[in-house]
Amino acid sequence: MSGDFVRRLPGGATSFRNHRGEFTWFNLDPWLMLILLSIVSFGLVVLHSASDGNWVVVEAQLVRLGLGFGLMILIAQIPPYFLLRTAPLLYGLGLILLLLIYPFGTEVNGSRRWLRVPGVLNFQPSELMKLFLPMVLAWYFHERHLPPGLKPVLVSCLLLLVPAGLIIVQPDLGTGLMIATSGFLVLILAGLPWRYMLRVGALVLISAPALWFVIKDYQRGRILTMFDPERDPLGAGWNIIQSKIAIGSGGFSGKGLLNGTQSHLDFLPESSTDFIIAVLAEELGFLGVVSLLALYGLFILRGLMMSLNAQDTFGRLLCGSITFTFSVYVFVNIGMVSGILPVVGVPLPLVSYGGTALLTLFAGFGLMMSIHSHRRITLL
Amino acid sequence: MREALALKDHRSESQIYVERAATGAVVVLVLFSLLILRVGYLQTVQYSDSVARSEKNRVQVVARPPVRGLILDRQGVLLADNRPSRNLEVIPEQIVNMEDTLFHLATVLEMSEEETARFRRLSGRTTRRFESAPVLFDLSDEQVARFEANRFRFPGLSVQAKLVRNYPQGALMAHAVGSVRRINDRDAASLNATAYASTDHIGKLGVERFYETELLGQVGYDRVEANARGRMMRVLDGVKPINGQNLTLYLDAGLQAAADRALDGRRGAVVAIDPKTGGILALLSRPAYDPNLFVQGISHQNYNALRTSMDAPLFNRAIQGQYQPGSTLKPFIGLIALGGSTVTVSDSIEDPGWYQLPGNERLYRDWNWTKTNDGGHGRVNIEKALYRSCNVYFYDLAVRLGIDRLSQDLKQFGFGQASVLDLPDANAGLLPSRAWKRATRKLPWYPGDTVNLGIGHGDILVTPLQMAAAVAALANRGRWVAPRMAQNQSFEDAARSSPSGAGQLPEHVWEPIIGGMEKVVHRGNQIYGENGTAWSYIGRDIEYRMAGKSGTAQVVAIEQGEVYEASIIEERKRKHAWFIAFAPIEDPKIALAVLLENGGGGSEYAAPVAREIIDYYLLEGAGSRVPDVAMARRQ
Repeated sequence: MSGDFVRRLPGGATSFRNHRGEFTWFNLDPWLMLILLSIVSFGLVVLHSASDGNWVVVEAQLVRLGLGFGLMILIAQIPPYFLLRTAPLLYGLGLILLLLIYPFGTEVNGSRRWLRVPGVLNFQPSELMKLFLPMVLAWYFHERHLPPGLKPVLVSCLLLLVPAGLIIVQPDLGTGLMIATSGFLVLILAGLPWRYMLRVGALVLISAPALWFVIKDYQRGRILTMFDPERDPLGAGWNIIQSKIAIGSGGFSGKGLLNGTQSHLDFLPESSTDFIIAVLAEELGFLGVVSLLALYGLFILRGLMMSLNAQDTFGRLLCGSITFTFSVYVFVNIGMVSGILPVVGVPLPLVSYGGTALLTLFAGFGLMMSIHSHRRITLL
Repeated sequence: MREALALKDHRSESQIYVERAATGAVVVLVLFSLLILRVGYLQTVQYSDSVARSEKNRVQVVARPPVRGLILDRQGVLLADNRPSRNLEVIPEQIVNMEDTLFHLATVLEMSEEETARFRRLSGRTTRRFESAPVLFDLSDEQVARFEANRFRFPGLSVQAKLVRNYPQGALMAHAVGSVRRINDRDAASLNATAYASTDHIGKLGVERFYETELLGQVGYDRVEANARGRMMRVLDGVKPINGQNLTLYLDAGLQAAADRALDGRRGAVVAIDPKTGGILALLSRPAYDPNLFVQGISHQNYNALRTSMDAPLFNRAIQGQYQPGSTLKPFIGLIALGGSTVTVSDSIEDPGWYQLPGNERLYRDWNWTKTNDGGHGRVNIEKALYRSCNVYFYDLAVRLGIDRLSQDLKQFGFGQASVLDLPDANAGLLPSRAWKRATRKLPWYPGDTVNLGIGHGDILVTPLQMAAAVAALANRGRWVAPRMAQNQSFEDAARSSPSGAGQLPEHVWEPIIGGMEKVVHRGNQIYGENGTAWSYIGRDIEYRMAGKSGTAQVVAIEQGEVYEASIIEERKRKHAWFIAFAPIEDPKIALAVLLENGGGGSEYAAPVAREIIDYYLLEGAGSRVPDVAMARRQ
C-alpha cells in the first residue's frame, strides 16, 4: 500500500475527472448513483400505488428526492480532510442542539423531538446526530491505534451513549437505538475486540429480564405483540396481522400494481410510510421483494467497495458504518413488517414516503462520495 | 492526544477493517437471507391462508332483509303492512367518547332516561367491527332535523330508514292477527342467525307467529367490497331477497268492526266462522290493545299499565278464555242423545221445576223455579227443552246418557281439544271425564257432576272459538270443518285435527235440534212460557231464519289478592252471557259464538250482539261491501 503514508493530502479538485484522469462527475460515484436511481425509481412506482395512485404524493416525494440528491452532491464536494477536522465540532454542536430541546423544544404527541426556529427551520437534532456520531467516532479512532484498547473503547462508548441517551429520554427509543447502533458499528469496524463484545453481550442477556421492567408498557406490548399478534387482533396486533396478510396474499408474483386489496382498502396501516414493503410484497409478490433486496444488496456491495478504497481510517470507518447502518435500516424495517421484529418506527430507506430521514440518508451518501472521489488510489 | 503522535500501523489497521467489513458483509448476507426466507415463507406456506384472510377482509356479506308479507282480510283490506321508520344507528367503533355523545344527544333529541338506558344496552350488541346497531326508533321529523343539524358533533351516529310492521287497524285486529316483536337476546339464541340476518322482528303472537316462515321470506345478501372502516366501496355480486308471501285471511274487517260495534265496549269475545270452509270471519276479544305499541319495543310504563289492568286487555278471550258453556251445551247433548236413541223426538218428561237423583235429597232446580214450587215447564220434549232451555230435561238426559257417553261423544264437536289449525295460542278447554277427575282431583265421579254437566256447568270449560267451531259443525249437519285463519293454505294435518267421531251421527238427529234452536229465535206471540227464550229480544223483526241458543255461565272464580271497589266486585260476580247461532238455517253462511263477561242473561244481552253481527253479514250486501276502515280503526 504505497499511498498509506500520504495521510493528509488536500482534497481533489471539483471537476469531471480526478487526478488520475478517471471520469467523476462532480465527485459523484457513477455506480452508486446508478444504484440509488434504480432504488428510488422502484420506490416511486411502489409509492404511487401505495398512495392509491395519487400523483401529488409522488410529486412531493420527487421534490424531496431532488433536495436529497442536491444535498448529496453538495456534501460530495467537501474534502474529507475538512470533514475530519470539523467532526468533533459538529458533534459538539449536535449535543448542544439536543440539549436545547429541553428548554426550547416543541412537544408533539408527548415527546420533545423538534427544534423550531419560527419561519426559518423546523428539524429534529437527532437526525443530525445520525451522521455526526459516526463522524466523531471515526475521527476519534482515526487518531488512535487500532484495535482500540480499553480506554478508547470506554471513551467512545461515552461519546456514543450521551447522544443516544439524550434521544432515548425525549423519548424516542427507536431513533436512539438506531443511533447507538450506528455508533456501535463504527466501534466494531474499528476492531473492537470480540472479547469485549462477548462480555457486553453476556451483560445484556443477564440484564434483559431487568430491562423488561424498565421499558414502558407500550414497548412491552409491542414485544408481546411480535410473538403473538392475535392477543389483541383489533388493537396492537392489527398492524402486524394485516401486514402479514398483505405480504402472504401477494404470493410469488403479486396481485399487480394498484390491485392490492389490503393497502387500497386501508386494512394496511402506514401503507406509504413504514409499512410500504407490505404493499410491494402484496402487489409485486416475492419477485418484487427479492428485486428490491437485490438492489439494496448492490448498494451495500458498492458501499463496502468504496469503504475498502478509502484512504484512511476516518474514511473507511465512516463509509463502512453508513453502509452497514443502511443495511440495518433495511433489515429492521422489513423484519418488523414481516413480523420477526417488534414494531419500531423505522422507515424503509429510499422507498418510504417521508422527509427528514430521507435527507439524512442522502447526506450520508454525500459523505461516502466525498470520501470515495477524493481518494488517491483504487484497490477494488 | 499523545497517542496520535505515535506512528500508526496503517497496514494492520486496514487489515482489521477488511476482516471486520467481511464479517459484516457475511452478517448482512445472513440477515437478508433471513428476510427472504421469512417473506418466502409468508408467500408460499401462508399463501392460501393469507389470500383467504385478505378476501375475508375485503369482502363483506351484507344481508338484505326480505320485506315481510302483508296480511290482508278476505276483501283485501290491509291488516298488517310495513311502514318506514327512521332509526338512529350507531357504529360503536367510531364513537370517541360514549358518555359525551350520549349527553349531547340526549339534549338534542330530548331523550328520556329509558331511551338513554336502551341506547347503552343496544349499542353493546354489535358482533362485527364497524357494524351498526339501531339504538333509537321512530324518530320524528323534528328529531331527524335536529340531529342532522348537529350531525358534525356525532361521528358514528346516523339516521337510517327501515321498514317495520304496521297494524293499520290498531286494536281492532290485535287478537285476530297477533303481532311481531323486536327480536331479543333470548329469541336470538334459538333462531337461525342467517335467516334473520338484518331482520329485527319476529312474529310473536297469532297468525304472525304461525305463518312466520311464509311471512318472513328469504334473506338475500350482497357481497360488498368494503374498506377497513366498514365503508362499502362497491357491490360485487349478491342474491336478491325473496319477500315474504302475502297472507290472505278469511277474516272480514267489516264484520270484525261490526262485532266491535255490537260489543259496544263491553268485555267479551266474538268468533264467527264460515261453516263451509271453517274460515274464521271474525275473531274479536275486548278489551284489546294497540299492537303497534309492541313493534318497536313497548315502554315499561305502557306495558305495566296493560299488564296490571283488571280488564286484562292482553288476554285473548276468543281463543284463550275458558268459560263454562252453560245452556249452549244443550244442543250438543241433545244430538248425542238422539244419535244414541237414548230419547226420541216424541219422548217427553213432566218438569216440576226441579230434578232429584234417585236416593238423594238434593234438588236440582230449573231456571224458572220459584220458592212457591210453581215453576217448571210442564210437558217437555227435546224441542221445547231447547227453545225454553229446560234444565230439568237435560239433567235427566245427562244422567240417562251417563258421564262416559258424554265425555266420549262431546269430543266430536271439538270440546276439550285445540282444533284450530293456525292459531298456536288457542286453549283446549276442558272436557271432564271419570279418568280426568281421578287424575286431577283424586276424587271419584259423582252422579251430581253428570247432572251439572247436562246444563254445561261444573267442570267443563270451552273457549268462544271452540263454541263457534261446534256451531259450524252443527250448521253443516255434522260435517266437521276445522277453524282456520288463512286462505289457500294446504293443511296436511287437517285430517288429524279432526276430532274423533266427527260426522258419525245419523242424519235424523240434526233437524229436530236445529228446529229447536230455530224456535229459540223465531217462536213468538205464544202464551206465557211458550216463546223462544231469545224471541222477544231478537226474533220479532228478523228477516232471515236463524238457529240460536243462549247460555248463562257461572263465574268460576274472581281474581283474589287485589283490592277493587265493591261495586266492581259485584259486577265481576255477575254471570257470563253466551249466545251461539248460525244463519240462514237452510244454507248456513255464518256460525258464531258471542260471550259477554259478566254480561248477565244470554238471551237478553248476548243474543242482540249475535243478531247485529249476523245482520251485518247477511243483510248489508256481503261481497260488495267496502269496509269502513276509519270505523274499524276505533280503539
